[in-house]
Amino acid sequence: MKHTISILVENKFGVLARVAGLFSARGYNIDSLTVSETQDSAISRMTVVVNASDEQVLEQIKKQLNKLIDVITIIDFTKKDYIERELVFVKISVDKKDFVRLKKVIGRAKASVLVRKEDFCIVELVADQEHLNNFLGQLKDFKLVELVRSGRIAIAK
Amino acid sequence: MDRKGLFMAIMTGAQILIECLKREGVEVMFGYPGGVVLPIFDVLYDAKLKFILTRHEQGAAHAADGYARATGKVGVCLSTSGPGATNLVTGIANAYMDSIPMVAITGQVKTFLIGNDAFQESDVTGITRPITKHNYLVKDVKDLARTIREAFYIASTGRPGPVVIDLPVDVQTSKTEFIWPEEIRIRSYQPTMEGHPGQIKKAAKMIEKAKKPILYVGGGVISSGASEQLKALAEKNQLPVTTTFMGIGAFPGEHTLCLGMLGMHGTAYANHAIMDSDLIVAIGARFDDRVTGRIDAFAPGAKIIHIDIDPTSISKNIRVDVPIVGDAKEVLRDLIGYIKKSPDIKMWLGQIEKWRKEFPLTYKHDDKLRPQFVIEKIRELTGGDAIIATEVGQNQMWSCLFYQHNQPRTWISSGGLGTMGFGLPAAIGAQIGRPEKVVFDIAGDGSIQMNIQELATAVFNKLPVKIAILNNGYLGMVRQWQELFYNKRYSSTPLKNPDFVKLAEAYGAKGLRVTRKDEVAPAIKEALATDNVVMIDFVVEPEENVFPMVPAGEALNRMLGGMA
Ligand SMILES: Cc1cc2nc3c(=O)[nH]c(=O)nc-3n(C[C@H](O)[C@H](O)[C@H](O)COP(=O)(O)OP(=O)(O)OC[C@H]3O[C@@H](n4cnc5c(N)ncnc54)[C@H](O)[C@@H]3O)c2cc1C
Ligand SMILES: Cc1ncc(C[n+]2csc(CCOP(=O)(O)OP(=O)(O)O)c2C)c(N)n1
Ligand SMILES: [Mg+2]
Repeated sequence: MKHTISILVENKFGVLARVAGLFSARGYNIDSLTVSETQDSAISRMTVVVNASDEQVLEQIKKQLNKLIDVITIIDFTKKDYIERELVFVKISVDKKDFVRLKKVIGRAKASVLVRKEDFCIVELVADQEHLNNFLGQLKDFKLVELVRSGRIAIAK
Repeated sequence: MDRKGLFMAIMTGAQILIECLKREGVEVMFGYPGGVVLPIFDVLYDAKLKFILTRHEQGAAHAADGYARATGKVGVCLSTSGPGATNLVTGIANAYMDSIPMVAITGQVKTFLIGNDAFQESDVTGITRPITKHNYLVKDVKDLARTIREAFYIASTGRPGPVVIDLPVDVQTSKTEFIWPEEIRIRSYQPTMEGHPGQIKKAAKMIEKAKKPILYVGGGVISSGASEQLKALAEKNQLPVTTTFMGIGAFPGEHTLCLGMLGMHGTAYANHAIMDSDLIVAIGARFDDRVTGRIDAFAPGAKIIHIDIDPTSISKNIRVDVPIVGDAKEVLRDLIGYIKKSPDIKMWLGQIEKWRKEFPLTYKHDDKLRPQFVIEKIRELTGGDAIIATEVGQNQMWSCLFYQHNQPRTWISSGGLGTMGFGLPAAIGAQIGRPEKVVFDIAGDGSIQMNIQELATAVFNKLPVKIAILNNGYLGMVRQWQELFYNKRYSSTPLKNPDFVKLAEAYGAKGLRVTRKDEVAPAIKEALATDNVVMIDFVVEPEENVFPMVPAGEALNRMLGGMA
């Protein structure tokens, strides 16, 4: 099962390596990881999506993260009311005819076209996982050149 | 010289380092010089801080570790960059696995050269990240004093462990105003000391009602200094106690309630007792796989209470029923108060006594020179009061089984990493920390050769360390596995050894050789009466095995040997 965890860390040199090293050393799988500053420039936020086989593994991951000296707090969104979003860019190779079809998919998904060139376009969508996966599923019929995902971020309500 | 002092001092990084070490109460440092630590060594030249030059950086790290185990203080070691630092790595990993407080200071190339593959550069913070509790690269001399303060605080509090400070040479020579941070607070690091009262009360109730309880005691009781509380809990309620390898000495080995060590090479009665118990109270122990054996078969009928300062130790390998995060000493103190009536466990204690009689810890008594006999004699002649360091292998297992320790911090052995070559340098560190004590390194003929160069350190510093080599002519522990599980195919385990007596003499130590039982006591007596390093080469039975033994991956009560 996938869990979204937000980790507040000291904005210090090497912290990312500590967190990433912990996951690799203990064999936990990371689905996605984002890092950025917070309102306090001394604190960074990492949002990690982990795949934990059971509750005990998830607990152990959280405890191990907490044990890192530079980790200030951990928020596990699993049992919380929260909002999560991910940004995707998709570069799609389309001719005029396909583009008409594509526009319908894009319209339904509330995605937007950022770039439109002769033979390709770049589409953007910010959405939660369900919506996003739905959208990507519908793109199966098109020729995807490149897919770029930002990784999830989340905030508690 | 601090803020409140009369004047502010401008100092170099190297001077600040040594000043901070003194203020942290450091009395001795172990290490080895080199290019990028020259500024530190220059300050050490006339500083009032004892510096022990080992003959290898690994020796320095193990000596600092042994010092820490014997005294409870933080062990400190120092090396140059590159090869000096990488030579410390095994010693740091060793301290990490056994939760030993240590600060390792490594020189580093100049800050502006870092990352350029400079001469003798290695990414020390990168290399040591997974084997330290925390590490630092100090890039600005203004951060140095606070970093050192934090390093000592982190190393010695909570679950102790090694901390590395990587110190570029230009930071050592840069100058700044020296400010000693009086107070240290790290917002992201606050170990829980007091246990949750609700949980402790729950635990007390469970103990009151238990029919077959057992205390399973580990290294955390020693690092917490909780032996007295443990003894009170056990004696007041007549609870039997088994200790892990790291818990040896936390509870008196000769106590009637003591079952000795449990686990792969534990006593049969300790293993039977834990497997058959209905309540396990784990105190500062981490359910290591050497202890649990096959995990799904471990103590099937037992509820588990787990007291540990490190939440990650709890429910890591074994799911527990009542977790209590806190310092062993504080939690035990509260727990004792909450237990209103002792459990009624006469039958259980009777059963344990039966096991004790049925499966005693023993070995063959004939006229051959057996290693267990040597250890028993060492125990007898040191009144059970020596500090025993060991190497790794059979020598180590016989030492924990046959030298019953009554005091904490007298058993100094590499548990989690099992580092051959640990014993001699650790014994040196222990002897420096506890000069009044007799310190023995019980060694194997293989292991002793992994840091034999430290004989020079011991002789030069007039440390009367005694070394008892149980010379079986084999990498014995590996040979035992080959005998039992690989059809006696002794691949690369027979040893052709040097003449250890001559070797000792070449280093300026005394060398003795013992080949017969009746020579054992006189040799030990001679060693004890000698004010020098003494190395005794005990030529023992070559194919003696350590029993009991639980084969790897087997249930704990499926022991080989020691059953009859
Ligand atoms: C060849 C060989 C054979 C071995 N065979 C055995 C064997 O048969 N039996 C055996 O037991 N071991 C054996 N070992 C050792 C084994 O590998 C482990 O090192 C050992 O079992 C760990 O002991 P421990 O559980 O006490 O944990 P430690 O490593 O001592 O850990 C201490 C625990 O206490 C906690 N703690 C620390 N400070 C405090 C505090 N203040 N308050 C509360 N908790 C605290 C820590 O968080 C940690 O969980 C063997 C080793 C070797 C090399
Ligand atoms: C550095 C290191 N290398 C290898 C091992 C694996 N090992 C464990 S015990 C052992 C044999 C030790 O032989 P010796 O020191 O003679 O002790 P004995 O078992 O014979 O008492 C070996 C090779 C180890 N623990 N440490
Ligand atoms: Mg040997």
